Amino acid sequence: MAEAAKSRAEAAPALPTWPDEIYRVLKDAGIRQVAMVPDAGHSRLIRSFEADPETRVVTLTTEEEGVAMLAGAWLGGERGVLLLQSSGVGNCINMLSLPVICHMPLLMIVTMRGDWGEFNPWQIPMGQGTRPSLEAMGVIVNKVDEPDLVASTVQGAANLAFNTWKPVAVLIGQRVLGAKNFKELARK
Amino acid sequence: MSNPNALLHRRDVVNELLRDRADLLVIAGLGAPNWDVSAAGDHPNNFPLWGAMGAASMIGLGLALAQPKRKVLVITGDGEMLMNIGSLATIAVEAPKNLTIAVLDNERFGETGMQKTPTASGVDLAAIATACGIRTSRIVRTMAEVTELRDLAHEGRGTAFAQIKINPEALVFVMPPADGVILTTRFRQSVLGDEALYN
Repeated sequence: MAEAAKSRAEAAPALPTWPDEIYRVLKDAGIRQVAMVPDAGHSRLIRSFEADPETRVVTLTTEEEGVAMLAGAWLGGERGVLLLQSSGVGNCINMLSLPVICHMPLLMIVTMRGDWGEFNPWQIPMGQGTRPSLEAMGVIVNKVDEPDLVASTVQGAANLAFNTWKPVAVLIGQRVLGAKNFKELARK
Repeated sequence: MSNPNALLHRRDVVNELLRDRADLLVIAGLGAPNWDVSAAGDHPNNFPLWGAMGAASMIGLGLALAQPKRKVLVITGDGEMLMNIGSLATIAVEAPKNLTIAVLDNERFGETGMQKTPTASGVDLAAIATACGIRTSRIVRTMAEVTELRDLAHEGRGTAFAQIKINPEALVFVMPPADGVILTTRFRQSVLGDEALYN
């Protein structure tokens, strides 16, 4: 029995540990407000925050709401994080004026689409436009493509954002998230 | 609207909303609401916007959640509210008791040549707020109703929304500081104390 359980465990792919690691990193950074439009890549992190009585998870109708909400949080002395998919970065562009011109911290954690291994052509324009549009608005961008480096990248971004009052985005690449292929789910 | 002379004057409305403001925290949407709030008196507890159209209501939400013991009043225009109308759904779900949103509705984009907004064609913002789940939501047409709204905002007994029908008059601009760093820093220092300067 023990042997059978062991071999089953070996056969199952290991769950990635980075979502739990960045939850710890964000807790250590003092995050109290979590503004998000959900993405599959963030689902585990969102569940952790929802189970945490110290954090308020706010579901947005569009990502730009989160940029404004976290500006309000900062004015009131709380730190927050915006969780979004790369497509949602496009919704934020003019609203980024607010943290940029007011020298407010903004920490964005962006799960990428339209990146490595993408199957859906409609994800490509915004996916490939994510970094240049953020940088055009004055957001510091750190991309991570190695699961082992996600936590330290988020930690560095949080320090940068909250110690230097800058908007900072971490882009988590599809090499980390795994590229979906809905075509495998479709009827052949 | 039927008789424009019967419509409220925006600065009378804002002066009444901010009467005896005590430690009320005020977010002003860009354009005329910014100038109206500033005309009532520049104050460190004001955060007047010069851009980021659509931000006002959600800044109010983040602030209300961060400062649950303080009362937060968002004063903005119909165009600014419409640009982020989905935020009423977000705010209704969170339902902070200490947040009031007052929309000064002149049915116009005032800064750009007084073009009509959708409210000029009858779009009912108060009904949208009600449908989202903000139970205290109303259209305001008289100064007595403005006084009631002022008291609601200062008491903070539940999220409140008002669409205040005002005269589409163009008034002299009264401007607060334009530097976002000054506005942010003085607000944080006022709300959080001198500690805010050190972190």
